[in-house]
This record gives sequence, structure tokens and C-alpha cells, in this order.
Amino acid sequence: MAYSDKVIDHYSNPKNVGTLDKAKQNVGTGLVGAPECGDVMRLQIEVDEATGVISDAKFKTFGCGSAIASSSLATEWLKGKTVDQALAIDNMDIVEELNLPPVKIHCSVLAEDAIKAAINDYRVKNGLEALVLDEKKH
Amino acid sequence: MSLKLPIYLDNNATTPCDPRVVDAMLPYFTEKFGNAASRNHSFGWDAEEAVDYAREQVAKLINADPKEIIFTSGATESDNLALKGVFEMYQSKGNHIITATTEHKAVLDTCKHIEKMGGSVTYLPVAADGLIDLKELENAITDKTILIAIMYGNNEIGVIQPVREISAIARKHGVLFFTDATQAVGKVPVDVQADGIDLMAFSGHKMYGPKGVGALYVRRKNPRVKVTAQMDGGGHERGMRSGTMNVPGIVGLGKACELCMNEMADEAKRLSKMRDRLENALLELEESYVNGNREHRLPHVCNISFKYVEGEGLMMGFNKNIALSSGSACTSASLEPSYVLKALGLGDDLAHSSLRFGLGRFTTDEQIDYTIEQIKTTVLKLREMSPLWEMYKEGIDLNSIEWAHH
Repeated sequence: MAYSDKVIDHYSNPKNVGTLDKAKQNVGTGLVGAPECGDVMRLQIEVDEATGVISDAKFKTFGCGSAIASSSLATEWLKGKTVDQALAIDNMDIVEELNLPPVKIHCSVLAEDAIKAAINDYRVKNGLEALVLDEKKH
Repeated sequence: MSLKLPIYLDNNATTPCDPRVVDAMLPYFTEKFGNAASRNHSFGWDAEEAVDYAREQVAKLINADPKEIIFTSGATESDNLALKGVFEMYQSKGNHIITATTEHKAVLDTCKHIEKMGGSVTYLPVAADGLIDLKELENAITDKTILIAIMYGNNEIGVIQPVREISAIARKHGVLFFTDATQAVGKVPVDVQADGIDLMAFSGHKMYGPKGVGALYVRRKNPRVKVTAQMDGGGHERGMRSGTMNVPGIVGLGKACELCMNEMADEAKRLSKMRDRLENALLELEESYVNGNREHRLPHVCNISFKYVEGEGLMMGFNKNIALSSGSACTSASLEPSYVLKALGLGDDLAHSSLRFGLGRFTTDEQIDYTIEQIKTTVLKLREMSPLWEMYKEGIDLNSIEWAHH
């Protein structure tokens, strides 16, 4: 299978690889996927509490090139968005941007799940209710 | 550096044709294009002579009689012919076949088909090193057992089964023994007499011959084995395989066998040395494991799992320059990780993290140096990106985490 140039670019030069301090009140962490399934994504956001804007985002991913690219792209998109804006990121946006083939759509779903899981972690930490997430098929 | 890229290390999938094989084949496309079954003119005689000569070359490599060689389109057809052909031919004797879970799909799927036709099949498990248990094999034999089908060398992990012990058990119980030796013939000495093999499948394109041609060895003496033809037609190949002979392909297979016969011993020595160097260098990486028995193994194969990195992601780091294969689900059509690795008891995570190296006749030391360097760099890079590696380094037990399965 040939990868799109954008996938190759994110894979070769991934953006925002790393770890934020998950103990911090304004950091939300989402860990999704499972080793047995061949992909695990950890996505973290750091929120500027005054403005509600995501000031930093980091990821680490165990998975194929498309999974790595999807999470790298997600962190890029998250930075500068408010938490509410971030919730609007849809996996199909990622599919389109990275030109993912049908067999790799689950990578984008996983990235969307990771975003939502990170936001929920942040919400719960800050006394807000966890959002009920609609189940997407992986 | 004069290294030419990309490097081919997927010789278990297929091998390039040896140029000497191609040279031998060429006249049979244009000048000597006759049908080997045309008995009344020189075009047919030339073709028949070429097929007869190839049959001798093939037989010699495996210590068989030329009459025991049935040419086919490849190992998949040979597997089908052996299994279904024996099942049909020996119906009055029984309907039970014994095979193993790590067999090639061409054997497993044929067995599934036979089950639908009223056969009964036992799928033996393998130990963690990939070898079957001989006691378990013997215990599985019933008075309905007609055939034991156990492969010679495994395509994914290279493990060589104890063929002589298996055939002794088969002999003792009056059961036929079939082996898919696609990965073994031409790589290690295979001797149908000494090994006690009754039927054996193999293929041209795994031993530097052309694609689309293979053979089934069918024993003629002690015992005389027969298979029911699976294709109706002109009754070629002693009635067991109809269809116009693929003369250029057969000539190529014959030449490939002759070359293997002459060069196999040196080649195996050279490749196993190279393979061991590759393997030992890669095992210097923490948390990397060889899959399958390292002693009872084809000389040119190694399969390694690099824990906490995913195989397809790993290959993407170098697959423009190095061609190999992975047990990762993402590289297969089925989206399931390798069933062979799972049969060894590997967790799905380790199966996803595996790479298979298949060295070959044209592999050089320089290519191995480059491969070692590239793979090490990519594994380290991806581990820096892997949340699982981070957890492992922090001492977190990954099994203690409740993963969201999807």
C-alpha cells in the first residue's frame, strides 16, 4: 500500500511528540486503543485556564504510519483551539487531510477518540461532567 | 557507497529468477515452443525431451525417481492435489487428516474444504518454539486416519519440523505422510527416501525459478501412492494433473533445482552466517525476541519481535529502501496479526511487532550492514514515540491497564 505524501511527512517529521505532566490540573490525557489491536494513542492537551484555549498538545502513538500521522495532525489542529472548538474535530476531517484509504479510517477514529478522551479527562479534573461520547465504529 | 537500493529481504515471499534459469527457459518461448504432448513432430519431441530432462533435474534434488514428479502450477495447487486427491482416493480407508495450526493457508484452507466434504481434520497445536509434539501427533491417529500433513519448514518463522520422526510415526501406523516443503526444497537437503516422505509439494519461485510452476512428489513404491485428479482433461502427468505442460516454466524449475543441487550447501552456510549476524545485531536492542526455534530452522530466515513498536509503522521507516514482511495485522488483507505467531502463544501485541527477514542467493554483507543500521535507528525512533515504551520504562505493567478494545 502506498502512503500519501502527508502521511509520510507526519511520520518522518512528527509534530508534538512528547509527554505533558499528567498530574497538572490543566492537563488532560486521553489513552485509547489497545496493544493487541496494533494501535495505542496517548494524546494530551494543556489548557490555558484564563482563556480556555489549548496552549499545548503532545502525543505518543504505538501503531502504523497512518496512526502516527493521524495523532500528529490532531495535535497540530488542537493547538490554539478552545476546548469546545476541539470537540468539533471530526475523524473524517483527518481522513480528508491525510488522504487515508478505507482500511486506515480506524486510525482517524482513534485520533478523534483520543481528543475526546483527553478533553473529558480535563473536564473531570476541573469538576465538569464527562461528556457522553457517541461510539464510532473502529 | 555503492549499495544499490532497494534491498530485497523478502525471499520467503518469492525469490528473483536466477539469470541462468532465465537463459535456460528462453528458447522454449520462441524456437522450441512445441506442445510436449504432440507426439508426431519435432516441435513436440523437443518439448517432451526438455520436460523429461527437467523431471530428472527435479527428481535428483530430492532423491526421487523422475516418474514420481507431477508438474503443477505451484505449491498451492500441489497442496490441493495432495490433500483432496488423497482424501478422495483413500475414502474407503478413512476420512481423517492430521495437520498443524502453523501450516500455510494453502493447506489449512484445503483442510477446511475437506471438512465440508465430510472429512475430519485434527489441527495440532505447536509449542512456543513452533515445533509440533510427536506424542500428540501419534495420539491423534485413529483407525480412520489416512494422512498426516505437516510442513517441512515454516514460511514465517523458518522452523523445521522433525520430518523423519513424523514419517516414522506415519509408517508405523500405515498412514501416508504429506509435507509442504515449499520453503525447504533447494535451501536444505530434502531427501524423500531418507525423510520417508510419501507426497511433497514445492514451487519454482521460492528457489530462484519462475512463478507459475511447481511440483508434487508422489511416491510410487513402498507404498505406491495415488491421488485423484482435481482437474479433468487430457490425462497428463500419469493422469493426476491434466493440462498442457508449461514447458518454459518446467525447464526453469528443472534448472533452478540443478543450481540448488550444486550450490545449496555453500549457500546455506553463507546465508546462515549472515542471518546470525543480522539477528545477533538486532537482538542487541532491548526487548527484542526471536520467534520460533533457533536451532531447527531454515538457514536464511529469521523472525524478530521488537516489543512496543508496531510492525507496519516500523517498516514504514525503511520500506522505500528495504523490502521485508511483518506479522502485523496492518500488512495483511485480513487485519488480523499473523496466525502463525499467535499459534506460538505470542500475544497479539508481540505478533504486531514482528518483522520477517528472508535472505537469499543475492543478499550481500553490505546489504545486511545497511539493514542492521536502518532497523536499529527506526526501532529506537519509534520507541521514543511509543506510549507503551514509555510505560514500560516507567515500570507500568501493561497488562494492568484496562484497554479499550475495538
